[in-house]
Amino acid sequence: MFGNLSAKLRRSVVRTLAASRRGHLAPALSLIEILGVLYDDVLRVDPDNPLWPDRDRCILSKGHGCLALYAVLEEKGFITKDDLDGFCRHGSMLGGHPELHKVPGVEATTGSLGHGLPLGLGYALAARLDGRPSRVFVIMGDGECNEGSVWEAALSASKHRADNLVVIVDYNKQQSYGSTSEVVELEPFADKWRAFGFSVAEVPGHDHDALRTVFSSLPLESGKPTALICHTIKGKGIDFVEANLSWHHKSSLTDQDLERLRLAVENE
Amino acid sequence: MRKTCLNMVYRLAQTDARIVFIGSDLGSGTLDEFRRELPERFFMEGISEQCVVGMAAGMALDGKIPYVNTIATFLTRRAFEQIAVDVCMQGARVRLIGNGGGLVYAPLGPTHIASEDISLMRTLPGMAVVCPADAEEMTDFMLQSVEWDGPIYIRLAKGYDPVVTRRELGFSIGKGIVYREGADVLFVTTGVTLGPVLESADRLSGMGISSSVLHLPTVKPFDQELFLDLAAQTRAVVPVEENSLLGGLGSACAEVLAEANYSTPKRFKRIALPDAFPDRYGSQADLLAYYGLEPGNIVRVAQRLLEI
Repeated sequence: MFGNLSAKLRRSVVRTLAASRRGHLAPALSLIEILGVLYDDVLRVDPDNPLWPDRDRCILSKGHGCLALYAVLEEKGFITKDDLDGFCRHGSMLGGHPELHKVPGVEATTGSLGHGLPLGLGYALAARLDGRPSRVFVIMGDGECNEGSVWEAALSASKHRADNLVVIVDYNKQQSYGSTSEVVELEPFADKWRAFGFSVAEVPGHDHDALRTVFSSLPLESGKPTALICHTIKGKGIDFVEANLSWHHKSSLTDQDLERLRLAVENE
Repeated sequence: MRKTCLNMVYRLAQTDARIVFIGSDLGSGTLDEFRRELPERFFMEGISEQCVVGMAAGMALDGKIPYVNTIATFLTRRAFEQIAVDVCMQGARVRLIGNGGGLVYAPLGPTHIASEDISLMRTLPGMAVVCPADAEEMTDFMLQSVEWDGPIYIRLAKGYDPVVTRRELGFSIGKGIVYREGADVLFVTTGVTLGPVLESADRLSGMGISSSVLHLPTVKPFDQELFLDLAAQTRAVVPVEENSLLGGLGSACAEVLAEANYSTPKRFKRIALPDAFPDRYGSQADLLAYYGLEPGNIVRVAQRLLEI
């Protein structure tokens, strides 16, 4: 059943991309299962009351993956198909990166990298001050972990024993210029998070059962923030996009490109 | 001014549970009473300004009112993008206290001298920029700061400045305060340069030159209406500020004056820090004098301007 949801979300992503001929495709596809499981099973949110104070907060720190987020928000009823059709158009609420106060269900304006974790920590500490049960999920890219602000916030989150904070890294091992190992090696990645005081799990990021299992056992350790390193494939689900750097952000999409994408997702 | 500002955060926090204090790595003993009495709302985070600003924004977006205090340059330069994106773009009600704005850290050199903090903060959409002149004005401002619907940059320009403001003239965020009215020259000032400007106006008066003095503790929003009212009555306009020539109070005055399109243009001269990194050490007072932000030079500039 979940496989159907993934296929549906991928179709939605490709349709939105095709309508505007804009957007980052591959960084969205690596997030489909993570976001799908989160919004299906994990997050305590209410599309009819998006500002419900006790809700969980989900911040897409890698804002360029927003095609996947928008597909999920539409699927769950936060936004409409018409909204998706307006993607990146003049007068639309959906831009190439998510914006707070514009899009229901979006908890932070993101786009410049390295901002989500400090913001999420602030949300987590505010929830604690108010005695609210809210949990905060921050979804980051692997390349994003080059930013120093990520590690500043990691130090701080651990100091505050923020066990209502969950970092999810979409570890697809590619960034704009090339592989993460060539640009700036992150390994030993799990050890780094552990050394910063996080409780860490490594998860196959397209395996919905594995994701569901780890999400159901949060926090992994009381008194510690959690880091979930999700091993993913950039462009997952469309064979000629998978791990293909040229699809990180394709700026000029031909009719032929769009037809191939449509065929790939419609026939699933 | 600094002590008053921080004590006010503590006082306000005692009666308002939304208020939190966040520092980076401040001097030992800072706000000890706050820490003892309200430990859950006292955060000392270490030297991590990007994280501190983002964290404050997250708290503010969830209903808290964080007052963030750290050295002005490290806030405004180092965390500029966090201030733009996390705070201003999302309309987070964060209050950034820029400790040692202007020339306060003159002995420590240009890395610590906040010669352009007003300019940087003024470029950000939605950011209020407030530069109180002394401790009494700081008190009035802080009382109003809680309910201001948007982010605020608070410039702490000096620690032990004399009180020169007159509270009976009132204080309101976004409004200018008129200290003198005259026909020849309009001085516009913000922060601690109010004192030297008032003295300059007195000296000029003795020479038969009458001045208006407009104190703008709020550089942004800029009180355009009051500024133009006073400018209309005078021949010359002289903004004076402890900040770069570029982008601060003087720029705001120039922009508004140019767009007023007077049929007879106003004579105009900015007195501010040059477009260069400060190259001298010494005290704040030494650098204020070096850059001509003292009555002797202010008087000479006004005289020369009127003689043109």
